[in-house]
Amino acid sequence: MPSNEDRQRAASARTGWALSAPALLLLGFAASGPLLIVLVYSFLTPGDYGNVVWKFSLDGWRGILFTRDIFDGTLHLADANLTIFWRSVKLSLLTTAITFAVGFPTAWFIATRPAKSRALWLFLITIPFWTNLLIRTVAINEVIRNEGIINTLLIWTGLITEPLRIIYTDTAVLIGMAYVYLPLMVLPLFAAIDRFDMKLLEAGYDLYASRWQVLRRVILPIVKPGIVAGSILVFVPSLGAYVTPRVLGGGKNMMIGNFIELQFGAGRNWPLGAALSMTLLIIVTIALLIYVRAANRGSPHG
Amino acid sequence: MKTLMTATALLLATSALASAEGVLNLYNWGNYTSPELLAKFEAETGIKVTVTDYDSNDTALAKVEAGGSGFDLVVPSANYVPIFVEKGLIQELDLTRLANHGNIAPEWVDVPWDKGRKFTIPWQWGSTGIAVNTSVYKGDPNTSAVFLEVPDELKGKINVVPEMNDIVNLAIMYVGGEPCTEDTEVLKKARDALLAAKPDWLSMDYGATEKMSNNDWAASVNWNGSSMRIRLANPDVVFGYPKEGYPLFMDSVALLKDAQNVDEAYKFLDFIMIPENAAMISSFARYANGIAGSEPFMPEDMKTAPEVVVPEEFRAAGRFLPTCSPKATEYVTAIWTELQK
Amino acid sequence: MAERAFSATRLPGFAMIAVAVFLVLYLPIFTLVIFSFNDANSVAIWGGFSLRWYQIAWANDAVKEAAVRSLIIATSAALIATTVATMAALGTTRRAAFKGQTLIYVIINQPLMVPEIVTAVALLIFFGFIKVTTGYQGLGYLIAAHSAFCVPFAYLPIRARLEGMDLSLETAAADLYATPWQTFRKVTLPLLLPGIIAGAMLAFVISLDDVVITEFVKSGGQDTLPTYMLGQIRRAVTPDVNAISTALLVLTVLLLTVFFLLTRTRD
Repeated sequence: MPSNEDRQRAASARTGWALSAPALLLLGFAASGPLLIVLVYSFLTPGDYGNVVWKFSLDGWRGILFTRDIFDGTLHLADANLTIFWRSVKLSLLTTAITFAVGFPTAWFIATRPAKSRALWLFLITIPFWTNLLIRTVAINEVIRNEGIINTLLIWTGLITEPLRIIYTDTAVLIGMAYVYLPLMVLPLFAAIDRFDMKLLEAGYDLYASRWQVLRRVILPIVKPGIVAGSILVFVPSLGAYVTPRVLGGGKNMMIGNFIELQFGAGRNWPLGAALSMTLLIIVTIALLIYVRAANRGSPHG
Repeated sequence: MKTLMTATALLLATSALASAEGVLNLYNWGNYTSPELLAKFEAETGIKVTVTDYDSNDTALAKVEAGGSGFDLVVPSANYVPIFVEKGLIQELDLTRLANHGNIAPEWVDVPWDKGRKFTIPWQWGSTGIAVNTSVYKGDPNTSAVFLEVPDELKGKINVVPEMNDIVNLAIMYVGGEPCTEDTEVLKKARDALLAAKPDWLSMDYGATEKMSNNDWAASVNWNGSSMRIRLANPDVVFGYPKEGYPLFMDSVALLKDAQNVDEAYKFLDFIMIPENAAMISSFARYANGIAGSEPFMPEDMKTAPEVVVPEEFRAAGRFLPTCSPKATEYVTAIWTELQK
Repeated sequence: MAERAFSATRLPGFAMIAVAVFLVLYLPIFTLVIFSFNDANSVAIWGGFSLRWYQIAWANDAVKEAAVRSLIIATSAALIATTVATMAALGTTRRAAFKGQTLIYVIINQPLMVPEIVTAVALLIFFGFIKVTTGYQGLGYLIAAHSAFCVPFAYLPIRARLEGMDLSLETAAADLYATPWQTFRKVTLPLLLPGIIAGAMLAFVISLDDVVITEFVKSGGQDTLPTYMLGQIRRAVTPDVNAISTALLVLTVLLLTVFFLLTRTRD
């Protein structure tokens, strides 16, 4: 006879799967399922003018790490690909750090407003994002350009005499990405902070903890699920970002997203594009699993 | 919510209405189709044209090839026409149904990508050159050296459009090669020239019309139609035709194999070969068309524009990019990847 | 209020950062709105006040239809994604760990992990096949695709809210012989609501922003505002796009205000 715990576990699995079924079906139809096509394509031969030829080949996968020198035919490490991967990871990590640094105080600020105005503040943070990404990015460009508002203001106040050149730099890309992905950090953080029992803070202070100690020992551990969710939501889309680096970075340096796009577009090497995408998928999945495991270990409901 | 539902109902109603009469689905480059032209066509024939945008030949090709997208007409560039033909995506035109076919200007009939214009009807054509603000740089703008050996005045102020084929082939012609070459010596020189010049570029971006009018950029590799609009906003800007060779492009309308509105498509193709209508296409996007006799209907400022009417001395240097072989594409992509890494 | 002098919830510098964040967030939006009233052909140089871009945008059927289509798709996608994501979040949190739980988690978050272009190409091939077989070319494909990639954006905030939400109220309700449905309706859902609203808003915004997947999935006559603008970016962005964006912004703000006032009076 199965133990009580086993039965409970089976029931939990049944409801768990049943409740998740609609989401899984939807994703299977319009996201994950079709991706299997991409997996298959990564093992095929590129067609002459884009698309693929149904002939097995490992060249797509080999192309990730090694390139055949176009001039002397020797095989060597593809440093261009590695440079592009590294730049993407670096910028995405920085974006996550920046959005957290400014997003946490913002989420905290919103969550500690009186209940009545909280929703208003929440709306205020999302309203800029109801305008389209492309248009917003172009608008950011207008603000930071040499003759834009920021420089005009700074020169007018006499703080600087020459305009600061922010436009088309990595700084511009970082500003833009942090701007674009900020609500993806603030909203989950807010959801986590909002259910935080503020009495715990008073308890902390009653025990003569400093503000820093309270922040580190009481607040951060409890809002951790929100931090995890926010970081994932910011980090992963940053990795594949396409529009922002292109518009604000001046398009001189590619990120992974642009590189993959090139293979499916004018580069006409779909298998390499497919293999690159699968590599990115694998890396992110592994990172995510490690992260979630680590986060769950620390959480009280793990 | 109610507004939204009313809007939904309206939209559904209009699309239902449209399908009741004649319709035509045109798949064209963004911001390339004159709304007045479509209004006139609808007034004359009762056929409502729906335009759907794309932003690159490769996107258009991939979508049409995947099938079922419901388009009737597509407007590929010259070097993509043979690919559409070879893959069997567009159909040969029945010239007896196109009474105005004779209006195509003689020089645009026997083009290398479509001898005798059996598959495509000219839409617009233009060139890729270099727009230069002469108040910043006084030297000769008619050379690729402006962006490949950037003069001091333009260092850090020049933009290069991120169009792989245009840019790499400009560099190939600059070092004395032929577009789509497979000669590795030439390719190596072209790559070295690009890599050496890149640190002097400010950006590789679109949007020259805006950014050169407002002085963000002092020069840019750019298209002629856009350069004309910049000059209208800023008279200091001239358009240079690189004497070492510069790419020409022509986008032509083709009838898809799986088109559902074939009769309407023929009417439209015939319609755009009437000189007056071809001039409407040109006056919207500011590029030349390929229809004889359209000049009298062109706007005054385009009749003499040096960006549209190529000056005699620069004509020979203009070249249509051929459809590159897969090998040549591989070379070009490798150079481009290294350039943008 | 007595505790005003020492507020436990106050953390030094936080309010200042928050206010700065709000200012910075609105700066580009502010320029966008201003330049929609610009008389010149530019989105950067001021040439006097004018409403002409509104007239141009209003006269442009393509832009209007694209804007309405964007709203329809985003609303449908946000509704669908939030519904299935709420169910999935309830199914995967706060219960005994079960086999496949991690798998579900990974599948749900999968759209986050793949660059858009990849999903776009996969959907192009897959939907192209369905379009040819069934002959149906409607908006359904776009709505399905948008709903799917919005799921993780709705799921994560809801899950974050659910995790560690106080179980005692629900247990109490169950002790009072409330049915599971009653418990859910009267206890869990109200507690979960902030997470759901956050998730729905994210999903809506993400759908409204999508360019790449839409570009590849759309059939004839299905341009959304972003794909329409993508076509413009290559040539020139004119202020009529600013005008449309401003109009949409005002519309959303109005809708949100109504929604906000309604929910507030009900409390």
